[in-house]
Amino acid sequence: MLTIQGLTKIYQAHTALYPTDLTFEASRFSVLLGPSGAGKSTLLRCLNQLTVPTGGTVEIEGIGSIDTASKRHALRCMTGFVFQQHQLIFRQTALANVLNGRLGCTPLWRSLLPWSRKDVTDALGCLERVGLLDFALTRAGRLSGGQQQRVGIARALAQKPRIILADEPVASLDPAKSEEILELLLKICREDGICTVVSLHQVDLARKFADRVIALKDGRVVFDAPPNELSESALKEIYTSGGDVSSQPEEETGENELAVLEAKAA
Amino acid sequence: MSKTYEFTIGELRREYLASLAKAGLGMLAVGACLAHSGLFDAQRLMEAGPALADLLGEMMPPDFSNWANWGMPLLDTLAMSVAGTFLAVCLSIPLGFLAAANASPHPVVHRLARGVLNFLRSVPELIMGIVFVAAVGFGALPGVLALGLHSVGMVGKFFAESVEHCDKRAVEAIRATGATPMQVMLHGMLPQVLPQMADIAVYRWEYNFRASTVMGMVGAGGIGFQLMGSLRLMQYQEVAALLLVMLVMVTLVDALGSWLRGKFA
Ligand SMILES: Nc1ncnc2c1ncn2[C@@H]1O[C@H](COP(=O)(O)OP(=O)(O)O)[C@@H](O)[C@H]1O
Ligand SMILES: [Mg+2]
Repeated sequence: MLTIQGLTKIYQAHTALYPTDLTFEASRFSVLLGPSGAGKSTLLRCLNQLTVPTGGTVEIEGIGSIDTASKRHALRCMTGFVFQQHQLIFRQTALANVLNGRLGCTPLWRSLLPWSRKDVTDALGCLERVGLLDFALTRAGRLSGGQQQRVGIARALAQKPRIILADEPVASLDPAKSEEILELLLKICREDGICTVVSLHQVDLARKFADRVIALKDGRVVFDAPPNELSESALKEIYTSGGDVSSQPEEETGENELAVLEAKAA
Repeated sequence: MSKTYEFTIGELRREYLASLAKAGLGMLAVGACLAHSGLFDAQRLMEAGPALADLLGEMMPPDFSNWANWGMPLLDTLAMSVAGTFLAVCLSIPLGFLAAANASPHPVVHRLARGVLNFLRSVPELIMGIVFVAAVGFGALPGVLALGLHSVGMVGKFFAESVEHCDKRAVEAIRATGATPMQVMLHGMLPQVLPQMADIAVYRWEYNFRASTVMGMVGAGGIGFQLMGSLRLMQYQEVAALLLVMLVMVTLVDALGSWLRGKFA
């Protein structure tokens, strides 16, 4: 479904992602683990080119290697991205936010007219799948954190995606809500046969939901196996600080450090 | 120990003296400006009192006898302010996006758009009015063009600033869905800044109504044109009446404007 070869990202002098080869299959739920600053976000964002990789290739079944603007557009249209902070337009209703997921496959002139009945019906269907049909006309800013993340997932679903990338989708939610959101993502992954890649910092959640765990450390893949092979010694190896764990991107919350400490204590 | 005390107290004193000196320098500068512009010329100021009293006397009582002829010019002024603001908004939306660092297609375009906005802001609307009266003749049209173009300078700048302050994470999410750069602007940024844009536009309309009363003085129609006529004929009682009418209109427009802006919050 999705193959990367030698994918690399270098910021100025700092290498966030060393040349990496990975293949992701349809219907599979892969979890990216790793301490803050390991390069999880960088990898996910390079996959749909929100961050332009410094080197390497991203190849999609049916599109080929992403080397032109039109292929990048095709890739983004079929890839739903779910963000940690949901990244909704708070002034718009939940429904309008979900409909924004249709923009990629809608020509500019058409997107200036009101959405078609079919698009609205489809979007309502997406909201129903995430259990928010009754909140369709509520402003996104009025919803709770968990509900906002559901709208974020519905927006991804509105793209009718074949790939879903989720960057710490539960990092700002409480444990119960986190499980609900991951259950939802897993259900969608199975029902629609979507190739799903989710980054997490809770090891227990990775164990519970993942088909495959990929651990990153200082920009390198250090573990890639089914979750039952995630032994204590493997965890120790992943989470003992090797280099620049302290240099974290701005938006990381304190929860990440907590997870690191928990993992170390375990 | 006591050495630290002494040092801190000395520091405090020095800081106090320094701020006194700064305040003194400021006062001196302001005083120089007052003197330069003749505000200390007691003799002239004394003479101004009686002259003003004379003028005010001649204005009393205000003469409204000509009121039937003011309806049309007032309507002209109102229409001029609305049309000028509309023109300004139409030009400001594209220019505002081009002048916003996060929406501009290229840094050079961004700089260029900022330059255009600065230029439009720095040419006074009265000068633009004179230019457009020369170009298209007397009437409301030159007023509309002058108000519209001059307003773009401020409205476009404020639009650009609100675009720059919109939530960039929501914008990124729109980009992630495969939206084109134009769609990112129209569906990711515009919905976020629409209330601010409406607020700025209405605020500018209030300003433009006041400005359009003056536009008449350079021949661009409206109530200001009437005012200029009465002034030329030294009919000060009518001038007083016109000023009162304008005061009422400005108050009404400001009230309507702030009511409208309250709706956008
Ligand atoms: N825009 C950027 N500019 C410079 N360095 C960055 C940028 N984004 C991320 N980094 C660096 O790249 C490394 C990996 O970051 P990231 O992928 O966000 O890690 P993670 O998501 O695993 O916490 C970090 O060291 C971070 O400081
Ligand atoms: Mg991250």
